Amino acid sequence: MSGTFTKAMARNIFYGGTVFFFLLFLALTFDTTSNLPKTDNRHNITPAVAAGKHIWETRNCLGCHTLLGEGAYYAPELGNVYKRRGPEFIKAWMQSQPTGTPGRRQMPNFNLSEEDLNNLVEFLKYTSEINTQNWPPNIEG
Amino acid sequence: MKYQSQAVALPYFVAAIGLFVGQIIFGLILGLQYVVGDFLFPEIPFNVARMVHTNLLIVWLLFGFMGAAYYLVPEESETELFSPKLALVLFWVFLVAGALTIVGYLTVDYATLAQYTGNDILATMGREFLEQPLLTKVGIVVVALAFLFNISMTVLKGRKTAINIVLLLGLWGLAIFFLFSFYNPTNLVLDKYYWWWVVHLWVEGVWELIMAALLAFVLIKVTGVDREVIEKWLYVIIALALVTGIVGTGHHYYWIGTPEYWQWWGSIFSALEPIPFFAMTVFAFNMVNRRRREHPNQAAVLWALGTGVMAFLGAGVWGFLHTLAPVNYYTHGSQITAAHGHMAFYGAYVMVVITIISYAMPILRGRACNSRKAQVLEMWSFWLMTIAMVFITLFLTAAGILQVWLQRVSDTPLSFMAVQEQVSLFYWMREWTGVVFFIGLLCYLASFFIKGEEAPAKA
Repeated sequence: MSGTFTKAMARNIFYGGTVFFFLLFLALTFDTTSNLPKTDNRHNITPAVAAGKHIWETRNCLGCHTLLGEGAYYAPELGNVYKRRGPEFIKAWMQSQPTGTPGRRQMPNFNLSEEDLNNLVEFLKYTSEINTQNWPPNIEG
Repeated sequence: MKYQSQAVALPYFVAAIGLFVGQIIFGLILGLQYVVGDFLFPEIPFNVARMVHTNLLIVWLLFGFMGAAYYLVPEESETELFSPKLALVLFWVFLVAGALTIVGYLTVDYATLAQYTGNDILATMGREFLEQPLLTKVGIVVVALAFLFNISMTVLKGRKTAINIVLLLGLWGLAIFFLFSFYNPTNLVLDKYYWWWVVHLWVEGVWELIMAALLAFVLIKVTGVDREVIEKWLYVIIALALVTGIVGTGHHYYWIGTPEYWQWWGSIFSALEPIPFFAMTVFAFNMVNRRRREHPNQAAVLWALGTGVMAFLGAGVWGFLHTLAPVNYYTHGSQITAAHGHMAFYGAYVMVVITIISYAMPILRGRACNSRKAQVLEMWSFWLMTIAMVFITLFLTAAGILQVWLQRVSDTPLSFMAVQEQVSLFYWMREWTGVVFFIGLLCYLASFFIKGEEAPAKA
């Protein structure tokens, strides 16, 4: 094999293969972005949703929770929490933190205003209505 | 050491190891918080400790990569580094910026940190692994560009080898794809789609070029096998890695709101992703078996072989375990992901950085290799850390299988927190294994301070 398969051939396969598959990936990306409006629930993005996402990010919620399965695995999945618990429960839950139960996992209280809480709920509502191909398998996330 | 300027690698390696120790200490804190939920609360909440754990990992690996480049590139290019002074200045800039960021995480609450560091100008924070404040992200770009300038100029004025070029490609790719961390649209699906352009295209793309180049360099040095043979393998492996890995990004696009066809693209290409890792293992063993000399630094040889095997197990086997869409439907975002993440990062990137440190550090300290006694202790640290990581992965996998069953498969699914209590035994075992890993790391540190006669080369 060493006689026929040279380093130059291996190098060309690397460059050719990389360029080809990167272009393929770009083409798929282009197709995905043009199809996304059907699945990504973008028509429900309001200023409240945007503000809610900002709250979500600046409190580092992903450091404990997952959102559509990405994040940390320390606390429940929240992509569908709006459907699991509803808006009032989410707000009451956040206001009652931390529980202080000895030995139990604790969530900080972020001292959010009523408006912030409403925005966060709006963001979670929008997220729960993204078409995730029926993920998670059930309501428990 | 053949070139004076290679010496700038030394502080980079020292910083990398120091930050590694910090990363593991925070890992132990996190592991304990899994079972003693209020441990260190509210002083260090879980999300803060996790951010420190993962960001330290990224930063120390970057220190390792940069140190490796400063060591390797002059020797491969057969010329002094373009500017050793710039390399040292960048070292301090990066170290201070990194340390300030970690101090920021630990002392200021995250929302305040975001406010102080310009997150309202361009919001980029609060996304997994990209939690760094805007200022830090800009700093990373500046340091990366100056570093790339220095390395590229060195290669340009010297000899261009396959190893040099592949390493450069990897480092440039690393910098270019990091730019996507500045793109954070409100549309969560787009946000997640391009987030993976940093995260996946780093660890399953350009970082693999860096890893393969480092491994190839060390293998040339410790085996004496012909460069032509090793460089041909290098191209084959990275070709396989990118051909499978680029479209393999699709295995992250199953459930985030993207079209359904990604389940096919992702499954097919990521099913092929273990192949380059398998090739890497075969390559490493093959080269060591065909060696033309017995290098006195046996510890470095052990780390090099270990990198191949553990990267194949962690990235290849554990990745494949949950990469097919029908399987991933149940395992996505569970402890299975955590199990895979731990072993893949350790096997691929932690071990390759330790490999190059193990090879280069004695030379940087003025000897071909460490004493027999020091090497024996280093090999102990290899086995302790590696076996501990195998068991951490096994325990997390067990926890993950139970979690998936109880929460997602069972006819009467339990809630997340109820499941967490059911699997706590495995979290305890993971934590104790983590302590063993830490002991291994302490052995590794201690091996740097053991003196004695230089180990002679075996005939």
